[in-house]
Amino acid sequence: MKRIYAKEEVCIGCRLCEIHCIFEHSGHQTLVKAFSNRENLPEAAVRVEEDGAISFALQCRHCEDAPCLAACIGGAMTRDPQTGAVKHDEEKCVGCWSCIMVCPFGAIRTNSETGKVGSKCDLCAGKDTPACVAHCPNEALVYE
Amino acid sequence: MPEKRYDYLILGNSTAAIAAVEAIRSVDPTGSLALVSDQPNHVYSAPLITYVLAGKIPEEKLYLRPRDFYQGLNVDTYFGVAATQVKREAHEVVLQSGATLGYGKLLLATGGTPIAPPLPGADLQGVFTFTRHDDMCRVREFIQQKKVTQAVIIGGGMIGIKVAEAFAALKLETTIVELMDRVLAQALDETGSAMAKRALEQHGVRVITGSGVTAIGGTDGVVQSVTLDSGSRLPAQLVIMAVGVRPNVALAHEAGLTVNRGVVVNDNMQTNDPDIFAAGDVAEAFDPLLGECRPIAIWPGAHMQGETAGLNMAGQPEEYGGNIPMNSIQVCGLPTISVGLISPPEGAETLEYRSPDGKSYRRMFIVDNRIVGAVFVGDIDRAGIITGLIRQAIDVSSFKAKLMQRDLGLLSLPKHYRKHIVSGPGIEV
Repeated sequence: MKRIYAKEEVCIGCRLCEIHCIFEHSGHQTLVKAFSNRENLPEAAVRVEEDGAISFALQCRHCEDAPCLAACIGGAMTRDPQTGAVKHDEEKCVGCWSCIMVCPFGAIRTNSETGKVGSKCDLCAGKDTPACVAHCPNEALVYE
Repeated sequence: MPEKRYDYLILGNSTAAIAAVEAIRSVDPTGSLALVSDQPNHVYSAPLITYVLAGKIPEEKLYLRPRDFYQGLNVDTYFGVAATQVKREAHEVVLQSGATLGYGKLLLATGGTPIAPPLPGADLQGVFTFTRHDDMCRVREFIQQKKVTQAVIIGGGMIGIKVAEAFAALKLETTIVELMDRVLAQALDETGSAMAKRALEQHGVRVITGSGVTAIGGTDGVVQSVTLDSGSRLPAQLVIMAVGVRPNVALAHEAGLTVNRGVVVNDNMQTNDPDIFAAGDVAEAFDPLLGECRPIAIWPGAHMQGETAGLNMAGQPEEYGGNIPMNSIQVCGLPTISVGLISPPEGAETLEYRSPDGKSYRRMFIVDNRIVGAVFVGDIDRAGIITGLIRQAIDVSSFKAKLMQRDLGLLSLPKHYRKHIVSGPGIEV
């Protein structure tokens, strides 16, 4: 399957990937509308990690051998049989945090408002190119 | 003659069983496959039955897979009928109904049975164990019919805590009685246990530790009280026994398979009979931290064992890499996670952090520059990064100072480890 790869050598830490991830999942038509009313904005599923000159963007890796699939006690983490993506069903999630316990990337986070897993990358389901990749100005994110 | 003969037969219907079904079907889409469960339900999540009792989730959300899951994978199901005997030579399983099913490869994924301590009064009406869907239904009905107001839970482990949380949500006056000096003693260290106890108490649950139960009392066959070894008596119309679960090994034992505390298996999850496999809470799995096999009743391990067993049953060699003990337990809204050892082994270096507001706590044990155990309470985000370091036995000496930091990320880790964990197919950073 196609996955998102980050190149820490060329990431400039601009965080546009985070902005466009939020916008893509906000349901708004324009970037300005999404961010002019900051209420009800989803959290970014991609996070830029930064330490001095080094940075890279990280989101769910959609691992081939995904430990979160084995750990989920609610059947909320599933593998999409068509795309191979690891999907999270917020309806089924009970917030047991077993996925957080086993994800070696720390790519899954709690959402304190819903008490469930928040902001899990869905590879922008249905899009040819995920928003974070499409809007990375320095091609530090690639989808291949 | 067996009623029907299957290439693959699975006894049990929880996460190890479905992982095996999915693994078998990934290798062999057409081989005949059947699953036998003594419970009548579609595959559900046993850890979630307390959530249903509390009314936190609807019954429909208990199910781990869609209703047509087995049908879609062409699996015959025999639900609500127990397997009573394994005839190894004939390669047959006898069911309670008297019918027999033949098998090519058999998987025992029969889980565990709650331990029933031999207490006087344990047979009274109103005394239950709480591990299955039908337990939950019986308790729910009993609470309504008998207008229960006071409940005692014997045992302050994971099941006892989650039942207490549900009872508190139902506004029952609830007391946990725990023999050890703290709750969740298998899953948390002293500080973590104390924080869990406080969370329970803040939700109205009374917690009595360091106290045994000597008898359950009642009149006319109905429970009325619980007597502690101190002599004091707690009034209760409902008692839950939650002192632990042991592997369900009777079938394996009677069939002459090698059984220790659980069913003994090799790295392929295969028993001493090459055509019989075991996975999940019934089996003994390898614990790489202790370097020995023992039953570790944890969910992710059960799933991975089921997957390993399924692949091997279908002819694709696969080894189970072992699993370290780990638990993620929400205690009345307080997240807790522990991975590996929960008390420091001799000579261990201990790192500890408490947030200024007292709501978060983390502690790690380091031996020979490797983390061998970690406890997280409150803020548990990114705990999995530590799990990865434990699992891979990574030398943490060059970034030890960062381990306790809130913003611990992959970037905090040495580049060689980043490259190492991301070197598998499809997980490159």
